[in-house]
Amino acid sequence: MSEAGTVDAGTGPLLSPELQPSRTWRSTIESTELDTRLLGMVVSLAAIWLAFHIMSGGDFLTARNLWNLSVQSTSIAIMATGMVLIIVSRNIDLSVGSLLGFLGYAMAMAQTKWIPDTLGLGLDKPYTWMLALLFGIALGAAIGALQGFIIAYGGVPAFIVTLGGFLVWRGLIFRLGEKGVTLAPLDERFQLLGGGADGSLGELRSWLLAILGCIGVVLSIYFARRRRQRYELAPRPMAVDVSLGIIGCFVILGAVGWIANSYVSPITGDPTGVAYPVMILIAVTMVMTYVAKRRRFGRYVYAFGGNPEAAELGGINTRRTITLTFVLMGVLCAISGAIQTARLNAAVTGLGVQNELDVIAAAVIGGTSFSGGIGTIQGAVLGAIIMQSLRSGMVLLRIDSPSQDIVVGVVLVTAVAIDSALRLGRRKGVFVALVAGLIVSGVIIQTGRA
Amino acid sequence: MSDRSTTTVAAGTAEHVPLIEMRNIRVAFGGIHAVNDVTVDLNAGEVVGLVGGNGAGKSTLMHTLSGAHPADSGEMRLNGVPISIHNPRHARAHGIEVIYQKLALADNIDAAGNVFLGRELRSRTGSLDDSAMAAATQHLMKRLNPRFKNLKTPVKSLSGGQRQSVAIARAVHFQAKILIMDEPTAALGPAETAQVRDLILQLKSEGIGIFLISHDIHDVFDLSDRITVMLQGKLVATVNKNDVTKDEVLAMIIMGKLPDEVSSEDLAELHG
Repeated sequence: MSEAGTVDAGTGPLLSPELQPSRTWRSTIESTELDTRLLGMVVSLAAIWLAFHIMSGGDFLTARNLWNLSVQSTSIAIMATGMVLIIVSRNIDLSVGSLLGFLGYAMAMAQTKWIPDTLGLGLDKPYTWMLALLFGIALGAAIGALQGFIIAYGGVPAFIVTLGGFLVWRGLIFRLGEKGVTLAPLDERFQLLGGGADGSLGELRSWLLAILGCIGVVLSIYFARRRRQRYELAPRPMAVDVSLGIIGCFVILGAVGWIANSYVSPITGDPTGVAYPVMILIAVTMVMTYVAKRRRFGRYVYAFGGNPEAAELGGINTRRTITLTFVLMGVLCAISGAIQTARLNAAVTGLGVQNELDVIAAAVIGGTSFSGGIGTIQGAVLGAIIMQSLRSGMVLLRIDSPSQDIVVGVVLVTAVAIDSALRLGRRKGVFVALVAGLIVSGVIIQTGRA
Repeated sequence: MSDRSTTTVAAGTAEHVPLIEMRNIRVAFGGIHAVNDVTVDLNAGEVVGLVGGNGAGKSTLMHTLSGAHPADSGEMRLNGVPISIHNPRHARAHGIEVIYQKLALADNIDAAGNVFLGRELRSRTGSLDDSAMAAATQHLMKRLNPRFKNLKTPVKSLSGGQRQSVAIARAVHFQAKILIMDEPTAALGPAETAQVRDLILQLKSEGIGIFLISHDIHDVFDLSDRITVMLQGKLVATVNKNDVTKDEVLAMIIMGKLPDEVSSEDLAELHG
């Protein structure tokens, strides 16, 4: 029945050992069950980091730069995790930048004006920040629900609805405050969300977090192994599980030891540790991965993206599923909005301008396909880190902002070209896209140095 | 003229209650009657072949049973009890499963995910129980298609026959009582077609009632017990397979003429 040779090449680990092909490089990678596309992205990111490190004369791979990079990536990365689900289900959200601005401004209004006026809780009271944040999240969910409802139940294309949202939410910022005046300063505790001077875990707690992370990695590998044994499915080779565990722990400990705890805060003089917004990103990534992979809702999002008709015939409530993707997006915009306003310690009307494009680009560089059904949360986070790495590397090289835009644009198209060529099995296409992308961005970087 | 009784054959005797009865079903798209007052029935362990040219209304009729497109009017009885079906979930709740022509698989999801699509197994915390679904699928495949090994690859990369096995596994796992197969062999090679035929006979022997929609008159003759012919949205007749020849069924499909109405000129025209 399986005459097609392509099928046999992709033998999964469920095969009994005697049927498995000899251990080649390729089958070793396959037995890890890691996404090969994701591995490719990790390699690209490492290459970009190394290239910038060399070109900048050793300034890139420093604790300070990487710590800043981690904080700067959070806002876009958090929203990109939601954008993945929206693009996977064949929609788009152009409103996220405006929505982020609107929600950030609304949260600032809440803590400086509405909560003090109505509840009598002033700025810097213990619960003000939490109330403001919850208010923003609820508002984001409601706005997402509205947009999602019009798309899923009203049958208006997502492009149109969110293009409308792009204009409406940005415009409404001016109606919230007194003609869009900048709101500052913000609540002391709220500011911590942005990872400012005090907005980090500190050395000891960062190590504790790292140890917790390592325990989590080991446990999740162990439980996955046990689950398989319970159903008599062949487990991953022991050597693979052990090496994955070691690599996982090494990365976690390395990130904390060599980056977070090696960056000494210029203000306090102590090691800063992991910044709060980075912790938020880690939490969001874990929750979103769980939702995408292990919840029914996530399965339905991917099923709809792969074949809307099959999803419908499978008895899936597709309209509800689509609406929920936009609700999630609204919540994530609120979280990113809180991080950005907290970081600025001010709400400005221009907050999040053009963020929708960065978020979409991050998702797409991270391997999300516009034809639907394909894309991962981790990929999108990596995509956001790749974008931010390019930007911050070019800043180190003193490349002017318009040239930075050109390079990001070129990288975006190159990434998608390579991805499509890989999917179609065109090796020559991969090569051509890679070389062309490298040459063009190389020339722009070289000539753009101020 | 022959003296054979070639008018509409009802299933069994007067007391006999069919597994499913569809009476006076109508579906209209705008002003066009896609299905016009059609009555069919199906018994347990029986294969009824549903034949007719393009636009005869076969698929639309079956859509009313599967819930993909509800009937405008008409009545359905399952074991004599009236039921109403407005969406695919209703149909499934009554044990009606469909294997669509285009298979209706989500290409980006693996076999287990497709078998359980819309009816996922979940753990106590509400998470998807992927291991349980993979194990159940592996178990099903041992029975349906022993050579099936690619449980973890997206079904996109599977062959036509393997995809068919996934679609059939879905119906089998949920213990379908009634199976609608819309051109099940249309996309398959000869070996795979033979396998699907074996499977149909196996399911039939397990007491499942099967509606088999097909363009292929040979398939229908080989597999069906009765044959229902439709033309332009209307029922021409339902006949026992053993009472008719392929030519007579062709005449019904093309001209809408019952076997005793067919003249020798008609037959000559058929063979062009």
